[in-house]
Amino acid sequence: MSRYLIKRIGQAIVVLWAAFTVSFVLLQALPGDAILIKFLNPELGLGPEQIADIRASYAADVSVPVQYFHTVANFLTGNFGYSIQAGVPVGDVLVANLPPTIWLAALGFMLAVVVAVGISALSVLTPFIWVRSLFRSLPSLFISTPVFWLGILLIQIFSFQLKLIPVINPGPWQALVLPVLTLAVPISAPLAQVLMRNIDHVLTEPFVAVARAKGASRRWVLWRHVAKNAVLPTLTIAGILFGELLAGAVVTEAVFGLNGIGGLTQRAVTNQDIAVLQAIVVFSAAAFVIINLVVDLLYPVFDPRLRSKGEVVA
Amino acid sequence: MSATIHRDRLMDDISDVPVLAVNNLAVSYRNGNDVQRVVYDVSLRVKPGEVVAIVGESGSGKTTTAQAIIGLLAENGKLDAGVIRLNGTDIAAWSQRQLDTVRGCKISLIPQDPTGSLNPVKTIGEQVAEILQIHRYGSREAIDTRVIELLTRVGLSQPELRASQYPHELSGGMRQRVLIAIAVALRPALIIADEPTSALDVTVQRRILDLIDELRNEYGTAVLLVTHDLGVASDRANHVVVMKAGRIQEQGPTQQILTSPKSEYTRQLLADAPSLRKAKYHSRSRSRPEVDGDDVIVVDNLLQDFPLGGRRRESFRAVDGISFRVRRGSTHAIVGESGSGKTTTARSIVGFQKPTAGRILVDGTDITTLRGETLRQFRRRIQLVYQNPFGSLDPLQTVFHIIEEPLLNFDPLPREERARRVQHILDRVGLPQAVLTRKPHALSGGQRQRVAIARALILNPQVLVLDEAVSALDVTVQAQILGLLDELQRALGLTYLFISHDLAVVRQISDTVSVLHNGRQVDGGTVEEVFSRPVSSYTRELIDAIPGQLSPVHV
Amino acid sequence: MTSLNSTGRSMVRTDAAVIASVSSTLRRTRERAFISSATHLLRMLRHIPVGLVLAWLVIGVAVLWALIPDLFTSYSATIGVARQQLRAPSAEHWFGTDALGRDLYARIVYGAGNSLTGAFVAVGVGLIVGTALGLVAGSARSRVDGAIMRSVDVLLSIPQLLLSLSIVILLGFGTVNAAIAVGITSIASFARLARSEVVRVRSSDYVEAAFGSGGTFGRVLMRHVLPNSLTSVIGLAALQFGSAILAISTLGFLGYGAPPPTPEWGLLIAEGRNYIARAWWLTTVPGIILILVVLSANRISESFSRSRS
Repeated sequence: MSRYLIKRIGQAIVVLWAAFTVSFVLLQALPGDAILIKFLNPELGLGPEQIADIRASYAADVSVPVQYFHTVANFLTGNFGYSIQAGVPVGDVLVANLPPTIWLAALGFMLAVVVAVGISALSVLTPFIWVRSLFRSLPSLFISTPVFWLGILLIQIFSFQLKLIPVINPGPWQALVLPVLTLAVPISAPLAQVLMRNIDHVLTEPFVAVARAKGASRRWVLWRHVAKNAVLPTLTIAGILFGELLAGAVVTEAVFGLNGIGGLTQRAVTNQDIAVLQAIVVFSAAAFVIINLVVDLLYPVFDPRLRSKGEVVA
Repeated sequence: MSATIHRDRLMDDISDVPVLAVNNLAVSYRNGNDVQRVVYDVSLRVKPGEVVAIVGESGSGKTTTAQAIIGLLAENGKLDAGVIRLNGTDIAAWSQRQLDTVRGCKISLIPQDPTGSLNPVKTIGEQVAEILQIHRYGSREAIDTRVIELLTRVGLSQPELRASQYPHELSGGMRQRVLIAIAVALRPALIIADEPTSALDVTVQRRILDLIDELRNEYGTAVLLVTHDLGVASDRANHVVVMKAGRIQEQGPTQQILTSPKSEYTRQLLADAPSLRKAKYHSRSRSRPEVDGDDVIVVDNLLQDFPLGGRRRESFRAVDGISFRVRRGSTHAIVGESGSGKTTTARSIVGFQKPTAGRILVDGTDITTLRGETLRQFRRRIQLVYQNPFGSLDPLQTVFHIIEEPLLNFDPLPREERARRVQHILDRVGLPQAVLTRKPHALSGGQRQRVAIARALILNPQVLVLDEAVSALDVTVQAQILGLLDELQRALGLTYLFISHDLAVVRQISDTVSVLHNGRQVDGGTVEEVFSRPVSSYTRELIDAIPGQLSPVHV
Repeated sequence: MTSLNSTGRSMVRTDAAVIASVSSTLRRTRERAFISSATHLLRMLRHIPVGLVLAWLVIGVAVLWALIPDLFTSYSATIGVARQQLRAPSAEHWFGTDALGRDLYARIVYGAGNSLTGAFVAVGVGLIVGTALGLVAGSARSRVDGAIMRSVDVLLSIPQLLLSLSIVILLGFGTVNAAIAVGITSIASFARLARSEVVRVRSSDYVEAAFGSGGTFGRVLMRHVLPNSLTSVIGLAALQFGSAILAISTLGFLGYGAPPPTPEWGLLIAEGRNYIARAWWLTTVPGIILILVVLSANRISESFSRSRS
């Protein structure tokens, strides 16, 4: 087991290192030079020597391989470089922008789970076939809806038509309602799709018929046999969902003008603030890798088939 | 033998009030706007303690009938008409909620597939306890005690350990015992056993059927046995119902059905069932002039290891020192249960894997030394026919292209010549020219297997390796394919290596046989020798387990 | 001989009657054939999935918009009409006009070209590169397979939007660049699917049978493995077509796609955002068009995966 653990962690580290390298190659091979863009601005009135000094302070004046090792060493020691736009360490910028995004993402994710479970439960439990097919088609509608458009539509309906949520100076909770809703819809769709597909699959398994033959009601079978077998495989899309959550946050924050990692990402792209962008890319890759690692390691706890025989007896 | 005695004793006890009386049952399935009726006008009755067998091939409606009786039709299934009386009460129109009160306690089910029929994420104990919980058997302790009792009763060793284990930790036979424990837990009046042993090895099958018989006697439960195997039905049932295409062909006491069948179809089933028939082709093939000492296949001390991929480079020995010879123009069978190494042996002989050690001569060539182009050229001489005719044909190709393909791999032939050969071989395997433009999904199982045989024969090989080639087919189709193989052998002088788990079929068509057990050869020789004077106790057990021997036909 | 003669004579005698009866039977069979083919047609019509037909219709119209936009509208997509600013939908302007007096319907019709071309480029990049990688991985030996699939893992570990943003920074803003970026992010899923399909097909009995009947590696690959693996890859391509339209419009909305005044669908919505209080149609209508096209692409993809099973 411990061998497996070490091997699995080793793999995760390799993937992470490769992701770091990919992002470095993509971003540092950039033809444009963000420092020049910012400091060549004539209003600043900086001379060439001063700019060269600034470049040296950002370590932008050395060859690419040297920069690479420099950056690796810095990342390992927790130094993610300086945001060129804000002029402060990237770490500080991230820390400042993380909390609102975490709130948004956590609430959005919870709502998405509720919506997905609700849709898939109703799609099996409702007695009317047409209601069932209505619920079944919801996820494909959700998945086809552009997040940014949904946000705008919600503002239009709830703020402008119904005037339920003020556009100017909403309360802290009021301000979160529409963004959370916007974010939850695209996250709930793949979750509901996977859940419904699993439920359909499990319902055709012979053990369901055996349970019915024992005299178990449809509801009993759904909760005691189908639920666990259908939910387990959704764990495997946790990593993908995280990516969707992050992408959703970027767009949602852009639509609602919120501060957070999303807004930060957008500003970093617009201003070519490479250090910030690379830190975000590396951190999200790390989150993805860790989520998948945890899922892999936890899966045997929930699924006895993946445990070795010796452990079960022990 | 014990079953026969029980049956006779029981005959006297049986009272006249049926546990189950089905009258004029009709069931249909709905697909979109299509309504297809699959069961027509089925009537049958099961008396207390009696075993009634529904026998039929695939598509006969036997399983649908059973599902309708227990109220578990697929979602698109509909009971169109009929009365289902359970202990005198008509339950045909009952809601699912009402049915839940009788399912499990009055009527229960032993399913077909022991692997899928247990929930993989719940322990054995939980799943046996569940039926007791649903019907409020008693306190937690009472239930736990009863679970252990039941597991002990169905013959599981270490019942406490089994109760805490998960299904994947048990063998197929053990899982089927657990499912039987669930079915008898509340001593129901009727058990529906839907092909309860079809997925099991023949020796396990026998033990499981014996167990069902035993429990039936002990509890006085009636059994409705759904099976494709007339041999099983003749061994175990008091009454046989023969179904075909959704209708009952005939029904009556087992003895009567077996000795004086009235319907044409039953007669055909009886004639085709290998277990009820002794060596129809066998006598013919033995009367064939003995070919003098020319061995086409010589297998000498074959060893085959597979790496297990563990830490210490462990390996698993699938085949352990097998030797045999096959005469030109004869049929040699390799018999064994799952895991015996029979398929591994076959794959080594056709050159799909390199043996770890040993020698394989096919027509004088040692194929273990062949590789690359020489191996490819060698393949003309020996061809393999697979078990599953659904998987061995490319779904995108037409029948013509499937049969023609081997010709394209060797000396180029003109187009017309290829077409001529394909048409010729198609005639040989008894298929109409019209199928040439069809794709596999438009063919029946038997037709597909004929196509597979045609593809194997188009290169004029000397040896045909048949890997369970008739196991997936219905008995009547199986008989047709076996007849075809016999005809082809005599016309073309082919040598067959016949891999099978089914001793009844082997006895019917082979000249010589090797019996494998756990990778070793435990018996070998002519079919007559091995079947009448087996050397090993394992072979003895295998022969005894062939269903159909308790039936009055043989008694 | 005699018997043959007698049958011959009797045949002559009954010739007329035979012909009459045959022709009447023929007529009857023909009528019956006609009736049965008519009911057959009706049954087929009933079996046609309405949703799928609509989906192809939507995609067809969108493609026509992209190919020959001037047949669908007489308005310009970029030049506004004076004194026609922010008009609500009407007979004159089906989808209304924007703040510069440009006809929204015309902008959507002309925008189809940008969005669809982008989606085609994106799917093309993912399909060609991803499938090639997957095919090589699936048919090559374990070391090459491992190397390719680990790099695919790396590609998957970076969230799609971030990866496409990083690539857009590298390539520069613009429709085609955004499309390429989106395409690169889909390489991983194509490679994974293609590989698993190749592995599935390669382990099938019919492929082994093809080797067994003397097929060489190349022939078996071309005859069996490729055709049987590609069906579901094409299904994925249809699905990716929908998500590529979405992803490209998202980049357009964030301002990294086509520059204004190009009528790109995501950009249309971004521009309309400033007028949500006064002109709901500027954001709502392009959004609905976008959803319809993506839904249709997904429905078509679904029909591919259904026909496979």
